[in-house]
Amino acid sequence: MILAAASAATTRNITITLFIVFVIITLGITFWASRQTRNATDFYAGGRSFSGFQNGMAIGGDYMSAASFLGIAGIIALNGYDGFLYSIGFLVAWLVALLLVAELLRNSGRYTMADVLAFRMRQAPVRTAAAVSTVTVSIFYLLAQMVGAGALVALLLGIKPGTTFLGMDANTAKTATIIMIGALMIVYVTVGGMKGTTYVQIVKAFMLMIGAIVMTVLVLSAYKFNLSSLLGDAAAKSGKGDAFLNPGLVYGKEVAGNATQTFYNKVDLLSLGIALVLGTAGLPHILIRFYTVPTARAARRSVLWAIGIIGAFYLMTLALGFGAAALVGGEAIRTQNTGGNTAAPQLAQALGERYFGGDIGGAVFLAVIAAVAFATILAVVAGLTLASSSSMAHDFYANVVKKGETTERQEVVVARFSALVIGGISILLGILAKNLNVAFLVALAFAVAASGNLPAIIYSLFWKRFTTTGAVWAIYGGLISAVVLVFFSPVVSGATNSMFPGQDWQWFPLQNPGIISIPLGFLCGWLGTVLSREPADEEKYAELEVRALTGVGAH
Amino acid sequence: MTTDAPPRSPSSYVDVQNSREFAGLRKALRGFVFPMTVAFFLWYALYVILSAYARDFMSTKIVGHINVALVFGLLQFVSTFLIAWLYERYSSRRLDPAAESLRARIESGDVR
Repeated sequence: MILAAASAATTRNITITLFIVFVIITLGITFWASRQTRNATDFYAGGRSFSGFQNGMAIGGDYMSAASFLGIAGIIALNGYDGFLYSIGFLVAWLVALLLVAELLRNSGRYTMADVLAFRMRQAPVRTAAAVSTVTVSIFYLLAQMVGAGALVALLLGIKPGTTFLGMDANTAKTATIIMIGALMIVYVTVGGMKGTTYVQIVKAFMLMIGAIVMTVLVLSAYKFNLSSLLGDAAAKSGKGDAFLNPGLVYGKEVAGNATQTFYNKVDLLSLGIALVLGTAGLPHILIRFYTVPTARAARRSVLWAIGIIGAFYLMTLALGFGAAALVGGEAIRTQNTGGNTAAPQLAQALGERYFGGDIGGAVFLAVIAAVAFATILAVVAGLTLASSSSMAHDFYANVVKKGETTERQEVVVARFSALVIGGISILLGILAKNLNVAFLVALAFAVAASGNLPAIIYSLFWKRFTTTGAVWAIYGGLISAVVLVFFSPVVSGATNSMFPGQDWQWFPLQNPGIISIPLGFLCGWLGTVLSREPADEEKYAELEVRALTGVGAH
Repeated sequence: MTTDAPPRSPSSYVDVQNSREFAGLRKALRGFVFPMTVAFFLWYALYVILSAYARDFMSTKIVGHINVALVFGLLQFVSTFLIAWLYERYSSRRLDPAAESLRARIESGDVR
């Protein structure tokens, strides 16, 4: 007992020290970057000075969020194969971005997603819709990161219900962490802008990859690099036998004697699959990364680097997830966090104890991996806040409120102020949502992005007849249907693990709305276009298409 | 706002858009990305649909504890890397040179 307590105290101290070191380093980078941020292009697009490799790393940093590291490992650790579906969807989704969006967007846009959407449309309605959509998607995504931060802190600081930390009870301590993470990210964005944020992403991606590689090698070496025996051991320890290695423990579950529920479960799996693969190319914080490089060619290269880095990482989620199932055990993980969000750091502790000399080794390795996970969350939150504050400042303030009559300086001030407000809102919502599951929440953000943003982007780039009405309908149609369906789904009410478990206003049977709301977004865009009285602006479309394909006049 | 853009009236973009060279570039781009998008989407959809409806097939063991579902999943990684590599090769051979020469000619006002 005394040893365990001493070890817990050591872990806590080492973790806090490592975390503070990371914060100091990244703050230093941010302040350094802030002195290089002279104009709006620097603030929004990092001066367009990053190389394809640097931006590829930064995209990886932006993309591999708490959901990827904590969430997927957790789902695999608790439910086996089904978690791998997330890894596959998150990776394949990059082909949509690579083939259809990255280069064309880079050539024709400037700072935000709406630059392309509003290119040939009336500015005010389209930019307003795009800003609303950007902020909504980002808030869904931010929630997930905040929840991940809360779960992690509870593990690190040994906070369980009934214990205290620095005189705070478990709940207060979680809330305090969320406020602290939120405040830090506001500093990163308001001070450093895109340049600072990009360097933070690069540092974080590097740390995350190293951490994952070390853990993967240690897990595999425990099984003499035999994947099959790792899987066999994981299945045996899970208590679910071979079913653990097959699809179907969580998604598309077959309910005996209830054909309707079985049908809904299967459709829900398809819905998740569609949302994952179509979401990436509609994520505003990913799209604006394409503006940080000088040319379309560099944008393509950065996506290729990102696919390589992200793909390698997702392959390692297999080792992390099944490794946690085999070496930590589902019971121990579930006791710490019912969603499995702490599986990866718990695996680190087990590996440290095994390879680096007992309790202290476990404590140190846990601390290192936890600092990496913190870095992950911090960096993603900063990227999301930057995307939504850029959109508020550049799309809504500069082009709608001020109708373009503004200075770059005013715009940057508004962006910084928006980062403050959006940061504040996400802190509040993060506190409210702190008991939800991480990877699952991110999949909802993907569904909202794929419904609200992707149809308008695809139509804008490829459909000559697309009009302002079509763009506005596509964005609001997809966005509103996705959000409304989530609100009336079992996620929010009517089930034992809902946000409001005591309430019941649920009527939509699926957890993920993508299979309905994504086609609806495309349908609304088409209907809005064919029903609108105004003709499409063919001259502007000619300009958009020529610029997008050749790079003429690119910023 | 767009001081670094070439000073051209909107109609000249329409001229470029209607030119043979531009039509060729557009065809080269769409001829690759559209079929490739359909192909990877169907391939991915097949994986998701089999995961939902063909559980017995996906659960078939191949070697030791490695089953069809795992191999199918890993093949999705392979196909993604492969398509990304093919696209890069196609772009740098076919699309980049065409786009660059067209851009140079547009900027010198030489496309009709």
